[in-house]
Amino acid sequence: MIEAAALTKLYGKARVVDEASLTLASPGVTAIIGPNGAGKSTLLSMIARLLPIDGGRALIDGLDVTRTRGDELAKRISILKQENGLMARLTARDLIGFGRFPHSKGRLTPTDYEKIEEALTFLDLLPFADRFLDEMSGGQRQRAFVAMVLAQDTRAILLDEPLNNLDMRHAVAMMRLMRRAADELGKIVVVVLHDINFACAYADRIIAMQGGRIVVDGPVEEVVSEETIEAVFGLPVMVRDVEGQRTCLFRA
Amino acid sequence: MADVAKPANGETLRDREHRSGRRVAWPTSRQMLALLAILALASCLVFMTVGVRGNWGFVLQLRAPKLLAMIVVGHAIALSTVTLQTLAGNRILAPSIMGFDSLYILIQTLMVFLAGTALAMAIDPIALFIAETAVMVLFALTLYGKLLGGATRDLHRLLLVGVILGVFFRSTASFLQRLLDPNAFLVLQDTFYASFNTVRSDLLLIAAVLIGIVTAIFWRLVPQFDVLSLGRDTATSLGVDSTRLTRISLGLIAVLVSVSVALVGPLTFFGLLVASLAVVLVGSRRHAETILAASLIAVICLVGGQTVLERVFQFDTALGIVIEFFGGIAFIAIILKRGFT
Ligand SMILES: Nc1ncnc2c1ncn2[C@@H]1O[C@H](COP(=O)(O)OP(=O)(O)OP(=O)(O)O)[C@@H](O)[C@H]1O
Ligand SMILES: [Mg+2]
Repeated sequence: MIEAAALTKLYGKARVVDEASLTLASPGVTAIIGPNGAGKSTLLSMIARLLPIDGGRALIDGLDVTRTRGDELAKRISILKQENGLMARLTARDLIGFGRFPHSKGRLTPTDYEKIEEALTFLDLLPFADRFLDEMSGGQRQRAFVAMVLAQDTRAILLDEPLNNLDMRHAVAMMRLMRRAADELGKIVVVVLHDINFACAYADRIIAMQGGRIVVDGPVEEVVSEETIEAVFGLPVMVRDVEGQRTCLFRA
Repeated sequence: MADVAKPANGETLRDREHRSGRRVAWPTSRQMLALLAILALASCLVFMTVGVRGNWGFVLQLRAPKLLAMIVVGHAIALSTVTLQTLAGNRILAPSIMGFDSLYILIQTLMVFLAGTALAMAIDPIALFIAETAVMVLFALTLYGKLLGGATRDLHRLLLVGVILGVFFRSTASFLQRLLDPNAFLVLQDTFYASFNTVRSDLLLIAAVLIGIVTAIFWRLVPQFDVLSLGRDTATSLGVDSTRLTRISLGLIAVLVSVSVALVGPLTFFGLLVASLAVVLVGSRRHAETILAASLIAVICLVGGQTVLERVFQFDTALGIVIEFFGGIAFIAIILKRGFT
C-alpha cells in the first residue's frame, strides 16, 4: 500500500511537486503521465525516500518513509530510477544479484539464485547474463536494471520510464510483465510512461501531472480523452477506439 | 570472513569459468589474489632473511618490527583508500589527496604546541597517540562528514575542497612548527616526512591492534560497500543506510590515517597507486577482493621496494621518495586518461 498525502518538493521557490496526494491500496498497474519537468520523477523519488520531503508525507504499508529503517522499507518498495550510473564494472547477473540484498544481506541463498534466474528469464536476458553492463546495448542494460528491481521482489514497485531504449517488442513484453506482476503476484506497480498508448493498453489507472500537481487521476477511459490530453500536454491530439483499444495520436 | 568468501552478488564458479574462457589470458580474481599473496609472502621472507650473517636471532629481532610496520602501514593505506573511493563515488581520490594526512600532522603539531615541549616529551607516547587519533576522528567527521554525506558529491568539488584543506592544514602546521622551540620540533619532525627507517616502534603494538579492530569492522561492512558502488540512490533503495555507513567509515578511515602517518609519515599518492592497481588486477565488483588485493600490492611495494633499495642499491632512506614518484605518475596518468569524468 502506497499513500502520499500532500507531498511537496521545493527547489528554492519553485514547487516542483505541489501537494500531490494519491493512494494505491490494491494490486494493479498505475501509469503516471505528464510533460517533461512535470515532477513525475521527483514524486516517485520522494515516495521511495531517495529525496528529502519538504511537505506532506509518504507511507508504505502505513510506515512513514522518512522515519522507517531503510532495510525494512527495502523489503516493501523498490524503484527503478530514470538514470542509473555505476561505479563498479558488473555483469548483468551481478547487478540482478544485488536486488536480493534486502533479503540476503549479501549472502545469496538457493532461493536468491532462483529469483535471479527467474528475473533473467522474464526479461529475456539469459543470453547476456554474464556480459558486463558496459558491453551491452542501451535496451539490454535497461532490462537488466528492471530485472534487478524485480529480483528485489517487493509488493510496491516504482518504475521511472522503464521503456527507455526498448524496441517495440521488448516494450510490449515489459508492459505484459507489469500486468502479470499485478495480476498474478498481486504487485502494486507504478510506472512513468511517455507513450500514452502503452498506458491505455496496460494500465488500470492513469495519473496525469502538470507543473508539479496531479491534475487528473482515474481509469483509462476517463483520463484519455482529447480534452484532457490536450490540456495536460498542450498539444492537439486525436483519441480513437481502434478495435476496442483506446488510442491517442498526435495531429501532424 | 564467511560472508565475504562467498560471492556477494550472484556469481557462481561456473560463471567465472565461463567468463575466463572468454577472456583467455586474464587470470580469475582468485588466482590473481593467490599470486599476489605469494609475492607478498616472498617479499617478506626475502626481507627478513637476505644478507643475514652471524647472529640470526639478533638480526631477525631488528628486522621484525620494521616488517610489521610496513605491513600495518601498507594495509592501512590500502584499506582507507579503497573504502574512501567508494564513499566518494570515484576512483581518483584518496584520504591523503583529500587532506587527511595533513590534518593529522596539524593535530600532532597542535598537541605539542598546546601542551608545551616539556609535557609533550614527558607524556607517554602511546597515550599521546591515542589522544591524537581521537581528535583526528572527531575532526574528520565534522570536516568531511558533510562533504561526503551530502547529496551532491561531485568529483571536482571534492578534489578542490580536499586540496584546499590539505594546503591549509599543512601551512598552518608549518607556521606552528616555526613557533616551536627546537626540541619540540625534533620530537615532531620524524613524522613530517615518510621514512621507513625511523619507524615509531613504540607505537607498533597499539597500531597493529587498532588496525586489526578497524579491519574487522570494515569486513562486516564489506557487503554494504559492494551495494554502495551501485550509487547512493540504488543503495538506499536496497536498504543500505548510506549516511550511517559514511559516518562509521569516515571514523575508521581517520584511525587508519592516524596509524599510518604516526608510524612512517605522510605518503600522498601511494594509496591511489595500490588501489588503482588492485582495480586493474581484480576489478571492483567485490570490495573484499579489491581491498585484499590493494593490501597485498601495498605490502609487495613497501617490503619488496625496501629490500631492493637496501640490498641492491644500498640506499637507506629513499623508499618514500621512490614510492611517491611512482604514485604521482600514476595519479597524473589516471587523471589524464579519465579526463576527470
Ligand atoms: N536538483 C534540482 N534542483 C532544481 N530543480 C530541479 C532539480 N531536480 C529537478 N528539478 C526541477 O524539478 C522539475 C521536475 O523534475 P522531474 O525530474 O520530477 O520531472 P519529470 O516529470 O520526471 O520530467 P521528465 O519527463 O523529463 O523525466 C523540473 O522542472 C526540474 O527542472
Ligand atoms: Mg523524470
